[in-house]
Amino acid sequence: MSNPPGMKAPTNWEEFIEGLWKRNPIFVMVLGMCPTMAITTTAINSISMGLATTFVLAASCWMVSLLRAHIPKEVRIASYIVIIATFVTVVDYAIQAISLDLYEALGAYIKLIVANCLVLGRAEAHAARFKPVASALNATGMGLGFTLGLFMIGGVRELIGMGSLFGISLFGANYQPWVVMILPPGGFFVMGLWLMVFALVRVRKDKAGATPGSAQTQAA
Amino acid sequence: MHESLGQILITTILSGNFVLAMFLGMCPFMGVTHSVKVAFPLGLATTFVIWMASLSAYLLNLVLIPFHMEYLQLICYITVIAAAVQLVEMFVKKQSPELFRALGIYLPLITTNCAVLGVALFQTAREYDFWQSMVFALGGGVGFTLALTLLASVRERVRFSKVPNAMMGTALTLMLAGVLSLAFMGFAGLGGGE
Repeated sequence: MSNPPGMKAPTNWEEFIEGLWKRNPIFVMVLGMCPTMAITTTAINSISMGLATTFVLAASCWMVSLLRAHIPKEVRIASYIVIIATFVTVVDYAIQAISLDLYEALGAYIKLIVANCLVLGRAEAHAARFKPVASALNATGMGLGFTLGLFMIGGVRELIGMGSLFGISLFGANYQPWVVMILPPGGFFVMGLWLMVFALVRVRKDKAGATPGSAQTQAA
Repeated sequence: MHESLGQILITTILSGNFVLAMFLGMCPFMGVTHSVKVAFPLGLATTFVIWMASLSAYLLNLVLIPFHMEYLQLICYITVIAAAVQLVEMFVKKQSPELFRALGIYLPLITTNCAVLGVALFQTAREYDFWQSMVFALGGGVGFTLALTLLASVRERVRFSKVPNAMMGTALTLMLAGVLSLAFMGFAGLGGGE
């Protein structure tokens, strides 16, 4: 925030906020779909997975950014992958030590963070070009945006599929859970519905914003 | 825990389809399924990489486990996969430049295809022996190709249909994938199940 207003260089705050909503990894960039679908059966799983990914993302972007002058262009992808795999191994063992239940619920998908296109995508598109602090902040923002997206899908799926949120039953004993929502097809449907809702909002906003200038302020 | 080879094959192709039931390899599933012509070759390329990954993961385990270096598993797997993808990339570029152009970024991205790494991880977690791993990888690849080709054919059909504005693009693809996944749930129980 204390950056001097240079050549339109984004401030640290802007770097951080970018991934949260405006360029949300899940809903806007549609990256990292495998964990998005696979582990969003409950809200708790979604948030833990999101935070694990955030850590890997921030740490590896910081590392990539530190080393960006020393990595030859030809082998950069391989180098990034090795850096990412290192941090994923750290997270994998950390989660195993913290909560065995969670480790079993997430299964192989923790290790599969390595193959999350979001992480490699950000390393390539942002960390390789910006300073360590800026890219770590940007990555943290992206990670939190990813967590938010996971939670929005996982929350809905748990709510409809099991009638509970964070394991607390909400609708009483008579609620007939809509089981298909926590089965694989539910992931596709909930994500598709969210995208549809956003598209509807956008269409409506475009119509309302036909009178010039006022659209952006109203959106806030 | 003892599954026969046929069971593994049928499970991985149908009821435990990598894409539609285990959500592995979603990026190409969303990205290159706009036409069958592109989806099918990419499926084949991925099948080959999956099979290579499975083979090398099995061999790596022979080295890593006796020396108690399981913590290096992930790093070793992904490095070997990256090398295998490079090989496929060179092969495709040489054999068919136009296919190479059509696949574009999705060819090198096979490296970050969860299905490839997933096979290596799942076969380790389930302690498959050599032939089980090979069949698992083959089934996974065929299932992946099947899912990709199916979605691509459906998408080719709806291209000229009138779709509500809000449903255009990714939202529609996701809905179609959901319906496909629902259909594949009908195979549940085939091959012995859980």
